[in-house]
Amino acid sequence: MTYFVALLRRDLRLALRQGFDAALVIVFFVLAAILFPFAIGPDPRLLGPIAGGVVWVTAMLASLLSLERLFLADYQDGALDLLALAPEPLSAIVLAKVAAHWLTTGLPLIVATPLVGILLGAPAVSILPLLASLALGTPTLSLVGAIGAGLSLGARRGGVLIPLLVLPLYLPVLIFGAAAVEAGTSGASLYAPLAILGALLLAALPLAPLAAAAAVRNALR
Amino acid sequence: MHRFANPARFARLAAAITPWSAALTGLLFAVGLTLALIASPPDYQQGETVRIMYVHVPAAWMSMLVYLVVAAGSASALVWRHPLGDIVARAASPVGAGFTLLALLTGSLWGKPMWGTWWVWDARLTSVLVLFFLYLGHIALLHAFDDAARGARAAAILAVAGIINLPIIKFSVDWWNTLHQPASISRLGWPAIDPAILRPLLVMAAAYLAYFITLLMVRVRAELAVAKLRGLRAALLARS
Amino acid sequence: MDALNRFIDMGGYGGFIWAAYAAAALVLILLWLFSWRSLRRSEGELAQLDRRLPGRKGGQGRTAETARGQA
Repeated sequence: MTYFVALLRRDLRLALRQGFDAALVIVFFVLAAILFPFAIGPDPRLLGPIAGGVVWVTAMLASLLSLERLFLADYQDGALDLLALAPEPLSAIVLAKVAAHWLTTGLPLIVATPLVGILLGAPAVSILPLLASLALGTPTLSLVGAIGAGLSLGARRGGVLIPLLVLPLYLPVLIFGAAAVEAGTSGASLYAPLAILGALLLAALPLAPLAAAAAVRNALR
Repeated sequence: MHRFANPARFARLAAAITPWSAALTGLLFAVGLTLALIASPPDYQQGETVRIMYVHVPAAWMSMLVYLVVAAGSASALVWRHPLGDIVARAASPVGAGFTLLALLTGSLWGKPMWGTWWVWDARLTSVLVLFFLYLGHIALLHAFDDAARGARAAAILAVAGIINLPIIKFSVDWWNTLHQPASISRLGWPAIDPAILRPLLVMAAAYLAYFITLLMVRVRAELAVAKLRGLRAALLARS
Repeated sequence: MDALNRFIDMGGYGGFIWAAYAAAALVLILLWLFSWRSLRRSEGELAQLDRRLPGRKGGQGRTAETARGQA
């Protein structure tokens, strides 16, 4: 446990040193979201209904942006080889890295969401469901994204490969995240979509690090 | 399974079976096409366009079955280190992608006369579309590494992750579809289960299956030959 | 002739139906062609190499031969 925390803190320190990266994710998120009013016009009757969906999609894409770097730096300078040799299971190490990734990517996205919601004219009643669905969904995105990041380690054009690998796996999270927002806006019960998002997270927590660790081991071979 | 572990023996077995399997495929297509185009009535709801279903639905079925084959081969390579697992996965994947593409094309051609648009976001077509990208990811991963073995292993991990996700994706797409379904569009075109409709459908499905098995054996033999070539060339280089 | 025309027309949907069947034929035939050609090419190169290495048949083949010889 202490090893996990130590690794988490190390990764957090590294990530925060590159606070630039976390800021980049937020800037991309806001920038991509505000493209929509330019593309389809600023009419709130058009923007409002799609605001929740736009937030979800751009949050996903912003999360994708930072995936490549999940393992890359450690892979390139050899630290990943050393970590793989450690007595702790590689999946625990992956989990620590994923946690650091979420804290520096998913969490800032959630914090920036109300602002983007306002910019896109999201109905006030949809903001809370949006935040709740993002809170449950973005950790899953980080977990599943780690699989893609691990698989593309050492590949040619790894950065372009990751979205292709990961987006089909992201789809269920997006569908239920958007469904939660939809339910919140129309006054329906949030229970089902949020419960499913929770279930997806619980399933990903043990399984994704296993797959990502196998992928990393393959890259280190 | 262990009987098939010897690649050379498998290659010989496959070479012996291929002509028979090819003949069966030809026969099934002959019967199937006759039934589909000539010896079956138009549907009372869809008219003649139901005939497109006879090439569309089997393609969709095969696209999912072949993914199962890819996942099974990948799992056997990862878990039991079965020597043919990776080869079967690599050989089957492009065929699966082809079936998926065919399902999308024929689905589009079916949707236009039925619903007036070239694309309909119904549950089946959408699932097949996602499956298409799963295949593309698998094939891309196979070719993304300079070391083929590393690519095979990565692709295998993706295939297993994908097959676990597939029921979840299907479930989500169905959910999404019922959530947003305009009242007029029901599940794209299951006509009444009439034996006159079922007969051509099942024969065509069998034809597609026989086609896949034949093609798989040809492709596996080709992969085995390439692997053998690599080995022989390495031996030649070592001797010179 | 009239029956043939009606057959091709397929109640007005002929374009879609024949396009769908043509797509199926194209995909299935092309896949078959590529796969068959790749097999022919590899087996051809293998046969060439076998000629250049008389008596050697590479890994499993050789084992199978000697195993059979000893049976």
